[in-house]
Parts: sequence; C-alpha cells; structure tokens
Amino acid sequence: MSFFKKLKEKITKQTDTVTEKFKDGLAKTRDSFSGKVNDLVARYRKVDEDFFEELEEILIQADVGFDTVMNLIEELKMEVKRQNIQDPNEVQSVISEKLVEIYEAGGEISSELNIQTDALTVILFVGVNGVGKTTTIGKLAHKFKSEGKNVVLAAGDTFRAGAIEQLEVWGERVGVEVIKQGAGSDPAAVMFDAVQAAKSRKADILICDTAGRLQNKVNLMKELEKVKRVIEREVPGAPHEVLLVLDATTGQNAMIQAKTFKEATNVSGIVLTKLDGTAKGGIVLAIRNELNIPVKFVGLGEKMDDLQEFNAEQYVYGLFADLMENEEE
Amino acid sequence: MAFEGLADRLQNTIQKIRGKGKINEADVKEMMREVRLALLEADVNFKVVKEFVKKVSERAVGQEVMKSLTPGQQVIKVVKEELTELMGGEQSKIAVSNRPPTVIMMVGLQGAGKTTTTGKLANLLRKKYNRNPMLVAADIYRPAAIQQLETLGKQLNMPVFSLGDQVSPVEIAKQAIAKAKEDHNDYVLIDTAGRLHVDEALMDELKQIKELSNPDEIFLVVDAMTGQDAVNVSKSFNELLGLTGVVLTKLDGDTRGGAALSIRSVTDTPIKFVGLGEKLDALESFHPERMASRILGMGDVLTLIEKAQANVDEEKAKEMQQKMRTASLTFDDFLEQLTQVRSMGPLDELLKMMPGANKIKGLNNLQVDEKQISHIEAIIKSMTKDEKIHPETINASRRKRIAKGSGTTVPEVNRLLKQFEDMKKMMKQMTASSPKGKKKGGFKLPFNPF
Repeated sequence: MSFFKKLKEKITKQTDTVTEKFKDGLAKTRDSFSGKVNDLVARYRKVDEDFFEELEEILIQADVGFDTVMNLIEELKMEVKRQNIQDPNEVQSVISEKLVEIYEAGGEISSELNIQTDALTVILFVGVNGVGKTTTIGKLAHKFKSEGKNVVLAAGDTFRAGAIEQLEVWGERVGVEVIKQGAGSDPAAVMFDAVQAAKSRKADILICDTAGRLQNKVNLMKELEKVKRVIEREVPGAPHEVLLVLDATTGQNAMIQAKTFKEATNVSGIVLTKLDGTAKGGIVLAIRNELNIPVKFVGLGEKMDDLQEFNAEQYVYGLFADLMENEEE
Repeated sequence: MAFEGLADRLQNTIQKIRGKGKINEADVKEMMREVRLALLEADVNFKVVKEFVKKVSERAVGQEVMKSLTPGQQVIKVVKEELTELMGGEQSKIAVSNRPPTVIMMVGLQGAGKTTTTGKLANLLRKKYNRNPMLVAADIYRPAAIQQLETLGKQLNMPVFSLGDQVSPVEIAKQAIAKAKEDHNDYVLIDTAGRLHVDEALMDELKQIKELSNPDEIFLVVDAMTGQDAVNVSKSFNELLGLTGVVLTKLDGDTRGGAALSIRSVTDTPIKFVGLGEKLDALESFHPERMASRILGMGDVLTLIEKAQANVDEEKAKEMQQKMRTASLTFDDFLEQLTQVRSMGPLDELLKMMPGANKIKGLNNLQVDEKQISHIEAIIKSMTKDEKIHPETINASRRKRIAKGSGTTVPEVNRLLKQFEDMKKMMKQMTASSPKGKKKGGFKLPFNPF
C-alpha cells in the first residue's frame, strides 16, 4: 500500500530518537491492537457476523470511540459485500485502508502552537480533575525555558489543596516565576495579576493553570469562561492557545469532555497525558475527526522532558505499525 | 447521540417485534446486540461484556422472557438483575482490626484522586464510625502532594504524619504506625504516590509497604471515567497486592462508569465507596443496583427518592398534592417547593437521576442555571402577600414594582407569571384525566419539580 510506504518514509526521515520514544510509548498499545487483528484474521476462515463482532471488540479495546468503531464496521461490511470478499486475509487490507481514511479525514490540522514572535503569548490550560494539567505546565515551561524564552506561570488552581504549592515546586525546578494569590481566591483575579506581571516583566510566554473541573458542573464551567474573558480583555488576541489536557486512560467520556470544554473555552489543542501506561487514548482520533481539535502534545512520563510534540503520522504508525509492516511483505 | 440508554435502545428493537405476538431466539439475539452495545458504550470492558451477554442470553431464551407478555421489559429486568449480581449484590463494610490501629493503604494511578479520597475517608470514619484516624503522607514523588494532605488534615482537624520527601515511603509507613499506636489513633490511612501499573520499581515499593505495614484494607482508587484499560490496571494492582476494595471517584461527572463493572469482575473485590464531589463529605457507600441503572442509562430513581425523603417534609408534600389537585397553588407554595427541591442538591444532577431523562432531547446539554432560580425566588419575594395568592391582580405597574424590587426586569417577571399560569393549567388537565392513567414515559415523584 502506497500510503504506508509514504508514511514510513516520512517517519524514518525524522530523528530516530523521537520515533523510538513514540514506539516505546505505544509498544503496549500496538501489541494489543495489530497483534490481535493478525490473530483474528488467522483464526477465521470466513468473513461472517462473528468475525465482525470480534473486530469490533478489538477496536473498542483501543478506546477509539464508540461511534467511530460502529461507523467503521458498517463501512467495512459494505466494502466486503461490494468486493465480495470471503477470505479474512483480504479484509485486512480493507481494514488498513479504512483506518487510514479515519486518520486522513482529520485533514491537515497543524499541531504547532500559535506562538507570537514579538509579543506576549498566553496559553490557558483546562481539563477535568487529575489529568495532569499542572505537571504538563511544568514540562511545557521547561521546554520553552530551554528554548531561551522568558516564561511566567499563573497559579489559577486556587481550589484544590496543595495545587499552588505544586506549581511553585515546578516553577523552582524549571526556574521560572509563578504568580499566585492565596488558596480560595478568585482565579480570574489571579489571571489579571499574572497578565500584568507578564507584561511588566516583558515575558514571552504566560502559561495559566486552572483548577480541574468536571465538565457537567455548570458553575465551574462559567468560572472558566470568566477566566478566559479576563485574559481576552487584558491581552488582545489572547489566549493564543487553550489546551485541553486529556488522560489517555479515559474512555468514551473524553469525547464529552472535549465537546463541553470546547463550547466553554474554544479549545485549540489537546495534550494527551499518561500515554506511557497501557492505555492508548484512541479517542483522540475520534475527537480530531468530530471536533476538529488536534492533539498538540503527548505526555510520556513524569520527567521534565517527557513531553513530546504530537505527530499524527507517528501516532498512527505507532498504533498500527505491525499491521503496516505486514502489508509490505 | 452518543450515550443513549439501554432502555431506549431496546425500545427500538421492541418496536420491530411488537407486531409478532411472541418472540423467538433471533429476536433475543437482536436484543442482546443492543445490550452489548449499551454496555460497550458505557466503557465496560469487552471481555466482561461478552461473558455477561452470554449469561443473560441463556436466561432470556428461557421461559421467563419468552412467555412474558412484555419481553422487552423482561429483558431489561434480567439484565439489571444480572448486572447488580455481578457488581457484588450488596454493600460491604470497612474492616476493623482487633489490634488497633487498623491500617488502610490507598493505591492507584496518578490523578485518580487518592489524596482527596484519603481525606474524605478519614472524615467518614470519624463522622459515621466515631473513629480517630491519622493520615500518612507517603507520596514523596509528586510535587506538593504532602502539602495537599497536610491542608486536608488542617481542614479536617486531623493529625497528618509526614517525614518530608527525602525519606522512603516504606520507612514513613513504619514510623507512622508506631506513632499512631503511641497517640491512640485507631485508623491509619496511608496515601501512596500515584503510579503506573507497568512501573516495576514503584510497584515493588508498594509491595514493600504492604509487607511492612500489614494493612487490613488495600483500596484501589479508580477514576470512574476510565475506559477499556481499567481491566489492565486493576488486574496488575490486584495481582501484586491483593486488593480488599475499590473506591470509584469522580462519579459526579457524566460518565456511565462502566469501569466499575470491569474492575469488579476482573479483581473480584467489592467496590466499597464512591466519590461524588470535591467537598470532604462527598464520599458515599456503593450501591450496586443504582450503579447498574446508571451503566444502563436507566436513571437512578432510588437515590432521587432517598434524597427527596431526606429533604421533603411528608406532611407538606401531602398538603401540596391536595393543592395541586384542586389547582389552588399559590406563589407561596411554589416558593416552598423550590426551596425544598433545591435543598436536595444541584438541579441538573437531580434531573439526570430521573428515568427517561436521557430520552428528552437536549437534556444532556441542558444547563440548569442556579442563578435563574435565585432570580425567581427574588421575584416571588418581591410580591405582596395578596399578589402571591392572587397573581391575576398583578398589573403592569405592579410588575414594574416587582421587577424593581427584585433587581430583575419586567420581561423576567412576565415569564414567571406565564409559567406559573401554564403550570396551573397543566395541573388542572392532569387531575382531570384518570388518576391511575400514567402518561407515557411519565413518572410519579413525591413532588412537582416545577
């Protein structure tokens, strides 16, 4: 298949280390996905209802997203009928084809950050509780800092016990200033302070932390809207990025999170964290397709430099690598 | 729309079958497909789903469903029963060691909510069981995790044991237990650092803590939103540590929480508590049956009724019912109802507990604005006694006055008056129809929400 070849060539051109990191991170994902497809194809002699049911389960297991899977299976069934395919081996190539279509359906969405060259760039972080917002901010601050940028952090999580201290520790580690108020203060007021501070210090980048909130809490979502409004008012054109942090272990709910947070804050990108576990976060493919929100970074560990820029090609390659290699043989 | 309930899904299938008079095996198979989809959609692990469907199919093909006049209802009943069964039948209790202190270890992935849950559990132990717990800060890795627990300890006015972040968690646990004995704390809650189940070094550390502190309970704290991976996570933790219970957190979100089912069936350990909010008293005992309803998208009437019972005065409710029947409701009654309903918790959460609520289009996205309710309250309170009883006397100038008095606008006052009028009309119609005649998709509640 030409697409896979192209993809592979593209990837091998990129630095090997990055690709390795991705491959390692997704190794478990791959084991459970393409290994299973191969196994499935080997076990069945005929393409029937049971075959599709098992395939459905394999896809579901990757948390690809319920609707995506159902649509994919529907399309596969049609395709199989149309081409009159009986042999499961032949289905495999159709599966690959369809998966690539999902990937391409997202179109070319840039996963680069919208960074202002000679003005303050404001990045707002949002998400539910415990996904890793503060940790990601620490890592991102480290990244900018090592690029020689002047970074300021805003401790906007005034609610959770110890959240401000957590960001302060990151600030010390990375060597950047943290603007804060006391626990329980108005997060919008913290943002106002932080913006003024960032302006007066001529900072390049202001990264704003917010408290984790479940997307069905109306009042908390309104609070978030207010935080964003304050930033908008104080810096024209800001926030330049609103990053939604998603936990890779989250299931179908991730889609609702993306939808709701997008409505409230016009999310511009996703950070997928905890991808170094056994979960795959396949739901981001569905989110990309349905909501047009690209993944911009992935978290692959707890160290300062464990934040990688997301590369859709590498991600898809990581997910389906075995499958592609089979294709080429 | 994603997340349609099982009841909805089966409705469609039943529509197709309706004309047939009786159902056969093929029909059951189709129904089972819907059951399967509903469970998968709720994030129940596919393996668990497979076994479950097999079990239910056997029962469904059997006499009890086939012969029934309402096979659809019967299938739902069977599914719910089996689901409840699978989730552990009844609730379980928390261990008490006969040689205090009782040691509880909290483990889980990063961000599951261990520290918050530790605080909540300590609060529950003191409030409900009259215990005197000590919190142990054994998360030395995450920045400020110790401060987080210390802050919670301060809020709860409870001792927190910490040796800073330079001493190994194993040592911290050891010293903490000795200290608890000294200080006569009868419960020790060890908050460990979040870790990935594939991180061998850190998992080994947990094992060491376990061997040394010999805990009476090891609770796995799991995010209710977890997807298919819940199986891998809980399996690894269970194999290594031998869990005694599970705490499901963030269940106040809008996830179906199918992970609960996966975990239960993989680890065979009971779910003991559920976290339902960010406040320190938002930890409740787990109710398998209610969880079953939730996973199937059938609403949680039991909790709703319980909340209503706890908050609504029965005498008043009866009186109210009488008033509704005669349609002699006044604004005073309306206000009283509003306060009672509000005392039960946030309205959008209440709404979601209602069966069939997910059928109402757009309700999932419905945002009940608590502020608007405050406005309504203000408007009613700005009326005179006489106006509340005879709202028809409220003319244009009175409306202006009410709007001014309540800090709202005339259109808002108008809207409320119109709504109130409509409600009264509706009541008249409802009482006019037969008292037994349940409306389709309707439900009886101990109160009228609006």
